[in-house]
Amino acid sequence: MEKLIFEYSRPGRRAHTLPEAPQVNFGVPERRSLRLPEVSEIDVVRHYTRLSRQNYGVDSGFYPLGSCTMKYNPKINEQIAAFEEFAIQNPNTDDWRMVGLLRILYETEKMLCKIFGYAAFTLQPAAGAHGEFTGLLIIRAYHLDRGDTRRVKILVPDAAHGTNPASCTMAGFKQVTIKSMPDGGVDIEDLKKNLDDTVAGFMLTNPNTLGLFEKNIAEISELVHAAGGLLYYDGANANATMGIAKPASMGFDVCHLNLHKTFSTPHGGGGPGSGPVGVTEKLKPYLPVPIVEYDVYVNHYFLEDCLPKSIGKVHSFYGNVGVIIKAWAYMKMQGAAGLKKVSEMAVLNANYIKARLQGVYDIPYDRVCKHEFVISVKEFKKQYGVTAADIAKRLMDYGYHPPTVYFPLIVSECLMIEPTETESKQELDAFCEVMLKIAEEIKTDPELVRSAPHSAIVGRLDEVKAVKEPDLNYFLC
Amino acid sequence: MAYFPHTETEVRQMLETIGVQSLEELFADVPEKYRKEKIEDFPALNEMELMAEVNEQRFQQNHFKYDHCFTGAGRYDHFIPAVVPQLAGRSEFYTAYTPYQPEISQGTLTAIYEFQSMICELTGMDVANASLYDGATALAEAVSMAVTATGRKEYVIANPLHPNYAQVLKTYLTPRNITAGEKIGQSTAAVIFVLPDYHGLISDWSQVLAEAKAAGALLIVCADPLLLSVIEPPQADIIVGEAQPLGLPMSYGGPALGFLAARQNYLRQMPGRIIGRTTDDRGNRPFVLTMQTREQHIRREKATSNICSNEALCALTATIYMSYMGASGLQTVARLCKANTDYAMQKLGSIPGFSVEPGEHFRDFVLHCPTDAREFRINYLHEDGIEAISLSDKDLLLSVTEKTLRESTENSSIDWIYGCLEREWKN
Amino acid sequence: MSNIPQELKYTKEHEWVRIEGDTAVVGITEHAQSELGDIVFVELPAPGAAVAQHGDFGVVESVKTVSNLYSPLSSTVSAVNDALAATPELVNKDPYGAGWIIKLQGFDPQELTALLSAEQYQKEIGG
Repeated sequence: MEKLIFEYSRPGRRAHTLPEAPQVNFGVPERRSLRLPEVSEIDVVRHYTRLSRQNYGVDSGFYPLGSCTMKYNPKINEQIAAFEEFAIQNPNTDDWRMVGLLRILYETEKMLCKIFGYAAFTLQPAAGAHGEFTGLLIIRAYHLDRGDTRRVKILVPDAAHGTNPASCTMAGFKQVTIKSMPDGGVDIEDLKKNLDDTVAGFMLTNPNTLGLFEKNIAEISELVHAAGGLLYYDGANANATMGIAKPASMGFDVCHLNLHKTFSTPHGGGGPGSGPVGVTEKLKPYLPVPIVEYDVYVNHYFLEDCLPKSIGKVHSFYGNVGVIIKAWAYMKMQGAAGLKKVSEMAVLNANYIKARLQGVYDIPYDRVCKHEFVISVKEFKKQYGVTAADIAKRLMDYGYHPPTVYFPLIVSECLMIEPTETESKQELDAFCEVMLKIAEEIKTDPELVRSAPHSAIVGRLDEVKAVKEPDLNYFLC
Repeated sequence: MAYFPHTETEVRQMLETIGVQSLEELFADVPEKYRKEKIEDFPALNEMELMAEVNEQRFQQNHFKYDHCFTGAGRYDHFIPAVVPQLAGRSEFYTAYTPYQPEISQGTLTAIYEFQSMICELTGMDVANASLYDGATALAEAVSMAVTATGRKEYVIANPLHPNYAQVLKTYLTPRNITAGEKIGQSTAAVIFVLPDYHGLISDWSQVLAEAKAAGALLIVCADPLLLSVIEPPQADIIVGEAQPLGLPMSYGGPALGFLAARQNYLRQMPGRIIGRTTDDRGNRPFVLTMQTREQHIRREKATSNICSNEALCALTATIYMSYMGASGLQTVARLCKANTDYAMQKLGSIPGFSVEPGEHFRDFVLHCPTDAREFRINYLHEDGIEAISLSDKDLLLSVTEKTLRESTENSSIDWIYGCLEREWKN
Repeated sequence: MSNIPQELKYTKEHEWVRIEGDTAVVGITEHAQSELGDIVFVELPAPGAAVAQHGDFGVVESVKTVSNLYSPLSSTVSAVNDALAATPELVNKDPYGAGWIIKLQGFDPQELTALLSAEQYQKEIGG
């Protein structure tokens, strides 16, 4: 293991080459000490290079992390976003000096509108959950604007991402859980039971978190709208539907996307992401300010701040522009047809792995999946004492990033596999071979799997200790 | 169209393995009425065409570039050493997901632990989280923490806050009936003190601290991390802020880097990811995501926040910047910024008719103009290649950093604007 | 086989209650603690707080789960187990003894009849 940068520190050592600073007065007491590392440039370079080698990214290998769409992040996108003309710009600069950048934002919005069928998108939310929050505030503003103050509830399926119910609370709603059917679809009867004039909306992921298309979407949409509610599309799984079915046509009034999933921008080890929110015509007045506009007569792109019914601002400026530029470049290179092919190939790859693992692993929902699917290893647990987490750790020994484990919560001992469209058949085959081999190991030498990983730089971590004796700050430990 | 590795033969083989005839069959569960809909087309460019298009937009940007930028107000053009983007740009960092699997994520986890520690050291707080979207949303999350901790529902803004931040607070908190109050009192959950304020003014917080304490409210300080490197950190309950000045380009406002640090007793109310150090079964001391029961994926509707993805790569970047700079580097940058602010204020304030807002300022400062500031800015400053913000008809908000060139330097921006103001106003 | 003392009463949500004179002592069952795994935190109510039968009064947390605690009786909290703040693992080690969670005073003994017996609870958990 690499030690901490603080442990390289030697009094008096420095890396920077800044000029001497003159004596100045801050008008308040100055601090006596600041314990930051005192290191040389090569210390910094070696330390963070070593740390990078203790990480695993899409560039390191296959990353079938379900629900996260870990596709290849094109290098050209990185290069474009880093150009000084885009990266070194103060957000308070006048619009007329930002013609190129505003045009990129405007085009991004228009391309998203075409693919998903919406009247407008805001690019301001900085991540998926931030988009959910924004979308729910738009729903809230819409009902209040109609003078309807009774709608205090949002319905959320039990299989939903945890961000959905958490976003409801932040947006001032009470969330009500809707059950799933044994096949993973929404329990229509339970939905009907909960639909009344206190429901503001229903949040849904389609395909759902089991990777299955919600076949009853037309009926669900009718029911929700008949009750006066709005339908919200959690776009976490949008990689399966581009060019196949527009969420707006399926009846979703509001939708958020994750540019760091579907549109190939890198996830950065936990962000920055970007979570644009699309709305139908009637919800446009409530979008957060500012919005990017184009005046065709004078060929002028500008930020519009005057939107009297807007929910307000959700970010200090215009969101993660540096991320949006990468998604713009990606869409430009794919074109509309390319984005359809993205979804086709993503679904092909998921079904291919599913077909190859069928029979050896238990696939609880046996029908054509979309971009991802779920396997359950509860039989392995019962017979051999091997859990989903053990299989995940064993995959690391074979050089893979594991799939998502223990999500969705409605399937016990599950692994959720999402290969994405950018992986070759050879890569998929190699992964399938390893999965089949691990199934053999479970039967012949379960301890080998239970005690994995064997090749990682660290062993199994004591997570109980991490919570009970929190060590969160080097200077306090 | 790009990034599709399969050959046509392979697609056929795969369909056969799956047991379907065509790709369309894989979408048979999608009702036909949706599938039949046309998607409005837009063309695909190849990489060479894309670069040509990008260069056109770059040219547009360059064409209207100003020579001397005095725009700050929330994002600042600081010097970024070459080491910083080069290391943060290693793809093992930037192409990874959230470090759910600690065995293969020690790189990100270790760096974020270092980030938390450095933020604690800068703020004088006990615990910090792994980052939030930006300074404005970090401030909103901090108020939300104070509401949970006190059971009260009002916040009071003690000194001039960036208007965008105030708007974000309103958007974030109104739905939960948390509102801005005028006076500190028994219903105040949090008092917000900004350091420096929207105008760059550094003021003494001791009075506000005493008032907050007396009312049983939490003191939240929204502080600039560079300024914190030189001054004694306030005795606050929570300190938040925008860490873009720590090695991140302005990027037209985002990605940014919100930070949040607090006293130990507020740990369980904190939003977002937290990295902790523990042990493994081999005697190592590795790092792991911890205190997760606060978070949305476990506590769902009762979570402290809905945040999932944060700004991890920006936190890594700031960590590399702070490691490289060390205390002496950070403090040198802060002092150079202050010296340039002092110089610019003294010089521009000395022009007859013009004056500056009094007090110690850091980077941003207000210039009172003898004429309509908005018109002056457009008609004269822009003509001379100078960019600045107008606050009102009377005032300009100017900003300098350690990069702003000053006396005895060729192309000194401060001398340039001095010359322009003097000349234009005389005419 | 889980330890389910005969003399206690149970809820479906895995709390037990023991009557000691005018006081009811409440904790979670051995089955519950084993399902939860290592308990790292117990969120306790303030003494004096009113609780309703089957109403929630606190939370137990393991590393990756959070479970509500439900009161077996309508009553007032007379004491809480302060030792759990520093050593929540008592709930794992001695769920019916040192790992008790709250004490209640002032309740209607009639409400006890609505609770599960040891046999009924055994059935409930499929034992």
